[in-house]
Amino acid sequence: MMAFDAGVSPLLADSQLWRLMTLQDYNTRVVLAGTILLGITSGLVGVYLLLRKRALLGDAISHATLVGIGLVYLWTVMIGQDKTLSVLLIGAAISGTLGGVSVLLLRHFANIREDAALGIVLSVFFGAGVALLSVLQKIKKGNIAGLESFIYGKVVAITGDDVALAAAVLVVVAVIIAALGKELKILCFDIELARSQGWPVMLLDCLLIAMVVAVTIVGLKAIGLIMVIALQVIPAASARFWTHDLKRMLIISGLLGGLSCAVGAMASAVFADMPSGATIVLCGCGFFLLSFTLGTERGVLWTYLHQKNLRRQQEYLHLLRACYEQLESRRALPTSAKASTTELIAIGDVAEVRAWSHRFASKIASELDARGLIVLRRNGDLQLTARGMVQAEEAVREHRLLEMYMMEQAEADVGQADREADYLEHGLLPEHLAELGESVARGTPPPVPPSPHPLKLDKPDKPDKPDGKN
Amino acid sequence: MQSSPPASDIPLSIRDLTVAYHRKPVLWNVTLDIPDGKLVGLVGPNGAGKSTLLKAIIGMVPKISGAIRIFGQSYAESRAQVAYVPQRETVDWDFPATALDVVLMGTYGRLGWFRRAGKVERDAAHEALAKMEIEHLAGRQISQLSGGQQQRTFLARALVQNAKLFLMDEPFAAVDAATERAIVSLMKDLQTTGSTIVVVHHDLHTVPEYFDHLVLLNTRLVGAGPTSAVFTERNLQKTYGGKLTLLEEIGEAMKRRDQRSKL
Repeated sequence: MMAFDAGVSPLLADSQLWRLMTLQDYNTRVVLAGTILLGITSGLVGVYLLLRKRALLGDAISHATLVGIGLVYLWTVMIGQDKTLSVLLIGAAISGTLGGVSVLLLRHFANIREDAALGIVLSVFFGAGVALLSVLQKIKKGNIAGLESFIYGKVVAITGDDVALAAAVLVVVAVIIAALGKELKILCFDIELARSQGWPVMLLDCLLIAMVVAVTIVGLKAIGLIMVIALQVIPAASARFWTHDLKRMLIISGLLGGLSCAVGAMASAVFADMPSGATIVLCGCGFFLLSFTLGTERGVLWTYLHQKNLRRQQEYLHLLRACYEQLESRRALPTSAKASTTELIAIGDVAEVRAWSHRFASKIASELDARGLIVLRRNGDLQLTARGMVQAEEAVREHRLLEMYMMEQAEADVGQADREADYLEHGLLPEHLAELGESVARGTPPPVPPSPHPLKLDKPDKPDKPDGKN
Repeated sequence: MQSSPPASDIPLSIRDLTVAYHRKPVLWNVTLDIPDGKLVGLVGPNGAGKSTLLKAIIGMVPKISGAIRIFGQSYAESRAQVAYVPQRETVDWDFPATALDVVLMGTYGRLGWFRRAGKVERDAAHEALAKMEIEHLAGRQISQLSGGQQQRTFLARALVQNAKLFLMDEPFAAVDAATERAIVSLMKDLQTTGSTIVVVHHDLHTVPEYFDHLVLLNTRLVGAGPTSAVFTERNLQKTYGGKLTLLEEIGEAMKRRDQRSKL
């Protein structure tokens, strides 16, 4: 029997997954529709919650809903009526709003810092809610198991009515954002300007809180009150990695919210005992990690690659400059600007000047070879090509102009100027160069001014290498 | 002390203004008239209530007593004629917006509820950015602007408000020399077109050069009037009350002023 069970269960799971994926069940369709609508709304509201820096206020609001649910349930038991969901949700909305308002009041009148006020309200309201639930359990009238699903969320409990509510809230939120986009923007960006222009900042803040309460109420059943805030904050924070534009941020955040809910709800249905709130939040977190690494505007991967590329470009210039100065110290520079040189430079000398390892110098050299700026011989000798010569000359000119500027006008010591110029020369823009040329070289014709300090490779008595490369 | 009622025909008239934060007085009995078309420096030590004075003028902090009239009206009535420029650090420059978006916010006040910024507003915003010499940065993300460019964006935003009275809170704080020059020339331009500009300022050295009218403030009003009459060693000593490092600075400022007047 055991063996038989083990054999058939994966098949069963497969067929269940198949049924889910193809939306064959009415229930699946309802759950998906409900959660996707919720996810989109959360994503939209979350953007403004995040930009107004009120993310934790949303958390306090959602935790405060539990008291309302418990009290309304107690009341329905006392008057002997059946609990109906809509009444419970109204209770949740009222106590959630009260929670949010008490944070603002505590901060304003009791002169308590906002983070402390949030901590107090969140824990007191939630604590009262938990206590109330345990009292209800003792009374044991009716089935309170349904109430606990408000804490962690139970996606299968979603009904057609919930979908209608979610759709209505989405429409209202979308209309508010479309109509009052500019008002919400100025509220979030510059509250002092908003006040000075006479906008009712308090009213706009209340509108934002009302939207948060609405989303929280819709999310209670599917996500649960502990995690419903995550569905607002995570998609919005993820969207910021993809764009610098508020409109696009709203769209992306809505999409990510909807997607997290769809995938998370499916996952919760497949792994039967997993609370949907958890799977949805984990999916959102997955999208966050994806955005964090791959996001086109701020993703860490692109930033890393960009910086790595920049560093490499600087190393190319350093090597070219080292070659040029090597030739210069041997008085072996080509006479005319366009002429190329046949002089060979030992890679070891370049590595020594730059304090690079031999291996690293060879690597940079071979990459420059591939770009046609130098020719790297098999024995490790380098030769600048005509193009390489031009670039080397430019790099040296920039470096020396900056170095001289540092010494003449920023009062840097000789060695210091060299190092500082080394660092700064890569940030030079054409206009800086023009100015430097004016102020330091005073428009003197030679493209490359002489080095203001003895070159490190200027060792007059240095003999040719014993192994005789020439 | 019984003061005359606030004057009605001048940009800014303040009578017996007292403001306190949590009972600690920040402004005491300030009575002040700013004449039309002046470029006014508002100077005093840290904590003297300079920013608070600006905020009290636009009704952002509650006053305990006193009266403020702007062109003879309350702030609520004269709002359209006033442009307030907050300190640059009061906003989060990481906000998802371009320089143009920020400048457009200056037009929100006259647009009113629901109406969006259209072509007229956009053109005005571009023009204001051009005046601040940063039109090429219109599409730039504000987090990628330098400090000076951010300050110019703020001033461009004030420009599109078409105001007659400008209240600027430390526009010179932490900006580069080029931006400082641009701001000064903007203020002089505004003055020639008949605007009145009140600027919270910290650098005593530049006071005689930048401002033709001066208000010295240290919780109480120490002095107000033409710079040449008010910017005296005695007044500065009263304003900065015995802070030695500051006295040194003032001595330096006085020296410079004397040198300048000889030229």
